[in-house]
Amino acid sequence: MQNGFQQKTSVSLGNLYAYAQEISDDHMRDKIVQNLYKKSQQLCESSVIHKNKKNDKRTEKLDAIFTSPIFGFPIMIIMLGIVFYLTIAGANIPSSMLATFFGWLENHLTAFFMYMNSPDWLHGILVLGLYRGTTWVISVMLPPMAIFFPTFALLENYGYLPRVAFNMDRIFKSVGAHGKQSLTMAMGFGCNAAAMLSSRIIESPRERMLAILTNNFVPCNGRWGTLIVLASLFMAAGYTGGLKSLVTTSVIVGIVMVGVIVTFIVSWVLSKTALKGVPTHYTLELPPYRRPKFFDTVIRSSLTKSLSVLSRAIKVAAPAAILTWVIANIYVGDTSILMYIVNFLDPFGKMLGLDGFILMAFLIGLPANEIVLPILLMGYLSTGSLTEVDNLVDLKQIFVEHGWTWLTALNMMLFSLLHFPCGTTLVNIYKETKSKKWTFLAFLIPTVIAITVTFTIAQTVYFLR
Amino acid sequence: MKNSYTVALAGNPNTGKSTLFNALTGLKQHTGNWAGKTVSLAEGKVEHKGKTVRIIDLPGTYSLFSNSTDEEVARNYIVFEKPDVTLVVLDATSLERNFNLALQVLEMTTNVIICINLIDEADKQGISINEKALTRKLGVPVIKISARNKTGFTLLLDTIDRIHTGKIVCTPEIIFYDEEIERKIRQIEPLVREYLEDSISSRWVALRLLDGDDSLFQQMEKRLLVKGG
Amino acid sequence: MDEAKVIKLYDAKIGSFIRITSIDLEGVMRRRLLDLGFVRGAVVEVIRRSPLGDPMAFRVSQTTIALRKEESQRIEGELV
Repeated sequence: MQNGFQQKTSVSLGNLYAYAQEISDDHMRDKIVQNLYKKSQQLCESSVIHKNKKNDKRTEKLDAIFTSPIFGFPIMIIMLGIVFYLTIAGANIPSSMLATFFGWLENHLTAFFMYMNSPDWLHGILVLGLYRGTTWVISVMLPPMAIFFPTFALLENYGYLPRVAFNMDRIFKSVGAHGKQSLTMAMGFGCNAAAMLSSRIIESPRERMLAILTNNFVPCNGRWGTLIVLASLFMAAGYTGGLKSLVTTSVIVGIVMVGVIVTFIVSWVLSKTALKGVPTHYTLELPPYRRPKFFDTVIRSSLTKSLSVLSRAIKVAAPAAILTWVIANIYVGDTSILMYIVNFLDPFGKMLGLDGFILMAFLIGLPANEIVLPILLMGYLSTGSLTEVDNLVDLKQIFVEHGWTWLTALNMMLFSLLHFPCGTTLVNIYKETKSKKWTFLAFLIPTVIAITVTFTIAQTVYFLR
Repeated sequence: MKNSYTVALAGNPNTGKSTLFNALTGLKQHTGNWAGKTVSLAEGKVEHKGKTVRIIDLPGTYSLFSNSTDEEVARNYIVFEKPDVTLVVLDATSLERNFNLALQVLEMTTNVIICINLIDEADKQGISINEKALTRKLGVPVIKISARNKTGFTLLLDTIDRIHTGKIVCTPEIIFYDEEIERKIRQIEPLVREYLEDSISSRWVALRLLDGDDSLFQQMEKRLLVKGG
Repeated sequence: MDEAKVIKLYDAKIGSFIRITSIDLEGVMRRRLLDLGFVRGAVVEVIRRSPLGDPMAFRVSQTTIALRKEESQRIEGELV
């Protein structure tokens, strides 16, 4: 045997391995780890003194509440509600302040362009296209993100999230998934693309693939703006003040529930079909609760998460906004390119209870969900009479003028919830799965579901009318 | 003497490793690709004694036996990228399991600091840790810190610097196994040493060979091929 | 109570302590359990069940780890 090692290097590594396997035995790993743990124990016994018998009473008491058969689930739902309510109610005022500020600035920009005698198209591209598109994204996205990400980071650092995985596992197991999928879903509320990376916490491949393929059914931050605006305009229209926020919140929770139900159905179907296999390994650590450093957590999560997601959104929003303005303003005959696309998509959109503008917005908005609503508005405005959106009442006016009803709003919300993942998410899915097939399925499955659901609802409503 | 050097952070999940990384590097972080290309690790910098310390945050893992991609990434970095110092972050309130990982790191590489974090939490729970005894037993510096309260950082950074400049020489304690395993190690280690010429701890490689860690050997073959031409 | 009564982790009462005697699992799951401290001879405390009965949380090597029924049924030990 030993002579074998005098050969070429590339051969001898294999020989070494084979030789080692020959002299090794079945449970070598067991023996190695047992030895390591014995050594660990010896180190602890000789150098660590425990003065109290019970170590961490606080964690035990808290677990008795957070994972209690009675309070566990209600607390989880209340927590989810609180996070949403904080995000929605807290974002209202800064959002409208930002919108007012950007509107004021736009007037001055326009005045400046007129003073400089710049051509209309330049003002159109830069101010009506680029400026409006990006400032919309900032004023709608930044406040909720600046509340959501830090709040979630606090819950995460406190140690609550693993308890959610613990409580939810039985349910996820019944559809063949992993309890930790509830955590990647939670991350998805912030950003589906980021959640793709966080799916690494699920070690076993099958459950991880389920988490990746279904994450899109959790509305990310980029879609929250759309959902919140539409919910408050069309679902909570008759209410004012705190009650309005409450109704909006309930509608959003309802939409999220739809997403969760779809997640379970799709997980179940996939685990019985494409991902059929043995249920794989499962372990979950429940770390001690630790009070997070409040300001550190808030500042860091704002700076790293909120700003990076926002800057990505702006990077995508800017070109898409310019593109939309350009195709809305280049005419072939007496119809703009945009209107050709819209007219082409319109019959199909109507079948889904939507319209051509909405489908066009979702298509151009593929790079990032944040820009779907601004593109839609730009589409409407380029043909409508209103030139500026100062507040939500004007916004609703635009929608209503284009024939919107609550059905349009509901189906747009559902389409937004269920449709294909954004470009960044698809790229991340490809990076994580290294498979074109799965990336394509991640695009196809939601798209089919979104079309089926909105089509069914629209046709039912048309029939009942 | 180089003006910059590398420190890798290893540790179990939930040990406050990220808190330490954040506290040390502030907001000067970025996600850098390294040799593996497909894997990106968070990287940050801290200035200490006129030198730039590059800190690499390895994935938090329970072990380094390549049961998962994260474990392979962390293990590959320590063994093949050879950081100047490897810092193992331990949770003071669950040292028993945390030592398991620390002992694995001690088998792999020489310049190691055992960094016992959450020492404030341990104090509260009435746990007292004799770090001097542990230093003697393990042959590498053992330092108590609280990343949350930023205590122990000066000593930690000084110790990193002293290891880098060679003022502290680490001599990790060799972990001895049952006689049966030791006999097998004795059979195979000399062959490994002949083959690897001290670039990687031959005792550790011998153990991994016996354990049948084929992902490590694929990695070694890949890297040797790259080196060879 | 018998002095060396061998039971499955899954069947153990909350609050009981069990010294592991055998782990009837292979592959990655076995290796993962070893890394977490579920080694033969280790003493495990049964902490609690999830609100829906499964998984169960165990305290092993000073940390709390949850395992599903599928796994905890295949780990045996004697009551201590």
